[in-house]
Amino acid sequence: MTLSLFIEQALNGLQFGVMLFLIAAGFTLVFGIMNLVNLAHGSFYMIGAYLFATILQRVGAFWVSVALAVVLTGFVGALLERVALKPFYRRPYLDQVLATLGLILFFNELTRIIWGAQPLSVPLPAALATSVPIIGSLSYPTIRLVILAIGVLVALLLYLIVAKTRMGMLVRAGASNRTFIGALGINVNTVFSCAFSVGAALAGLAGALAAPILAVEAGMGESVLIFALIVVVIGGIGSFRGAFAAAILVGLIDTFGRLLLSPLLGDISVYLLMAVILSWRPQGLFPANG
Amino acid sequence: MLKAITTALFGLALVQGTAHADDSIKIGFIASLSGSQAVLGRDLLDGFNLGLKSLGGKLGGHAAEVIVMDDQGKPDVGAQAAQKLVERDRVPIVTGINLSNVLLAAVPKVLDAGKIYISLNAGPSELAGRDCSPHFFSIAHQNDTGPETLGLYLNSIDVKNLYIMSANFAAGKDMVAGLKRTYKGKVDATVYTQFGQLDYSAELAKLRSVNPKALFTFYPGGMGVNFSKQMDQAGLKGKIPVYSSFLPDQDSLPAMGDAALGMESTGYWSVKLDNPLNKQFVADFEKAYNRIPSTRAAVGYDGARIIDAALKENGGKFGSADAFAKAMHSIDFKSVRGSLKFNTNNFPIQNFYLFKVEKNDKGQLVNAVVKTVATAYADSYVGQCKMPKAKP
Repeated sequence: MTLSLFIEQALNGLQFGVMLFLIAAGFTLVFGIMNLVNLAHGSFYMIGAYLFATILQRVGAFWVSVALAVVLTGFVGALLERVALKPFYRRPYLDQVLATLGLILFFNELTRIIWGAQPLSVPLPAALATSVPIIGSLSYPTIRLVILAIGVLVALLLYLIVAKTRMGMLVRAGASNRTFIGALGINVNTVFSCAFSVGAALAGLAGALAAPILAVEAGMGESVLIFALIVVVIGGIGSFRGAFAAAILVGLIDTFGRLLLSPLLGDISVYLLMAVILSWRPQGLFPANG
Repeated sequence: MLKAITTALFGLALVQGTAHADDSIKIGFIASLSGSQAVLGRDLLDGFNLGLKSLGGKLGGHAAEVIVMDDQGKPDVGAQAAQKLVERDRVPIVTGINLSNVLLAAVPKVLDAGKIYISLNAGPSELAGRDCSPHFFSIAHQNDTGPETLGLYLNSIDVKNLYIMSANFAAGKDMVAGLKRTYKGKVDATVYTQFGQLDYSAELAKLRSVNPKALFTFYPGGMGVNFSKQMDQAGLKGKIPVYSSFLPDQDSLPAMGDAALGMESTGYWSVKLDNPLNKQFVADFEKAYNRIPSTRAAVGYDGARIIDAALKENGGKFGSADAFAKAMHSIDFKSVRGSLKFNTNNFPIQNFYLFKVEKNDKGQLVNAVVKTVATAYADSYVGQCKMPKAKP
């Protein structure tokens, strides 16, 4: 394996990991604070991608469209939480899984009704459609480097908010002991709605960033959701730090696995990783609460 | 007394019910209407419906009822759909199915019930060879024939090395087998990726490090869109010529965008095929659905018309599966490709052309016809088919 191949694969793995982190962060936030298993989280990823593709067609400015798509996805999340998910907070996990599974089907069909079955194409602006020379003959796509940069920035931002602000303190307290913060006079419902919106917006950001690289089609959320769930489980439920570490690990293992191992092993490398880590630390790498 | 009258009336109503059933013919239609292959299924259905419309909504002179089922791109769902169609809806003919793995699961249900199956796209080698049946017809293609003709073409332009990438499912494997059957140069590597895989960055990095002289890919639907776009973004598009077979087509070209320009492939139909029937079909399709038809749409269109022709040959009735099969062989069907002839294994014998993706005068991406690479080409599995020859 040459140096340039190694570097290219490492970058691919990191970029994939960072994308997984954006999705897993939202999921673990919702699961940790609200104890809600939301399988339709992948649908926010899809909605973010579709909204971005549509807004970009109208508006034309790349970053403005990304920002708008993220905010709108957050709104969709808030609406969904208010309308459909509130009754499920206290119900057993199986009920939540069944309901949100139904939501996946609902959103897939809705996107097919609104946008049709054909995948949408997202043209890149000229500045992003280039490649950056890295080493030797290797030129890495600029858009992937940008995604990597944004993902790391968002991760840092989340860390700062969670560790250094009052809002972050509420999030950590909620993940540790949700009944107690209610007893302290905090409006738990507002915290929940905000958390859900932010989670949806993060997934929408991942979808908008992925849209130029991957085909935007109904059902695109399912395949990333499985990996995101693995990241959450490996990292420790409710923990951002765990989600970040696990996401990078999963991204790198999957990318290098597909390159180095035989096709069969390469496909299941991530699941093997999950089995190994869970047998060693069943709570995940960085569990949120004791 | 009242009870007797009620029973008699009830019995009469039932009899009326069956009398009505004779007037219309039911066709079962299965295709992928959801999932990453939904664009192909949708084209198949739209083409079929357009063909039906061109016949005034009638097949063989009787009103036609098409029962559409979604196989979701999954073999088990397709098999269940086929079972429901032949057992509950009692359709005499089942047609459609774009994916080979779904077809292999669904066809036995139809054939075991003694019904007819007409494939409008998928053409796995098993059904052309050892599992052939007098009640199974394909009016599309046998999977291997496309890449076989591509191999012949690559030999003719002296391509010495080839890197092969394909999706890991029945059709993907057939394509590679067909290519290797005729291609005489050296194969650098054969890479199978997971069906439905979205991110090819790892494989593209490997491709870049090997730097082959030519690349063959088989990625239908969303997979092809992703691969093309990512290959373009990785800066590899102009550097390595890309060849395919049956792809890319109108179901994915709009989403691929300029990343698809220059791709060469072999196939048996393109919007640019020059005959009056095809020109009429393309114009009608664009007017009805506001988009350019793909090969799937063209074969769907042919599907409705050939069922009509075979029924009319039999006096407008289905009769039995054997009678219908006999009718299929005795008609001289004019497809939008030209004349369609069946081989002894009920797969088509047809011409193959070399296509290149270019922009038409409206700036849309189409498969321009470069030249004919094979005339009256038959598939390689007909020898393995042990079936009594259909009476001429």
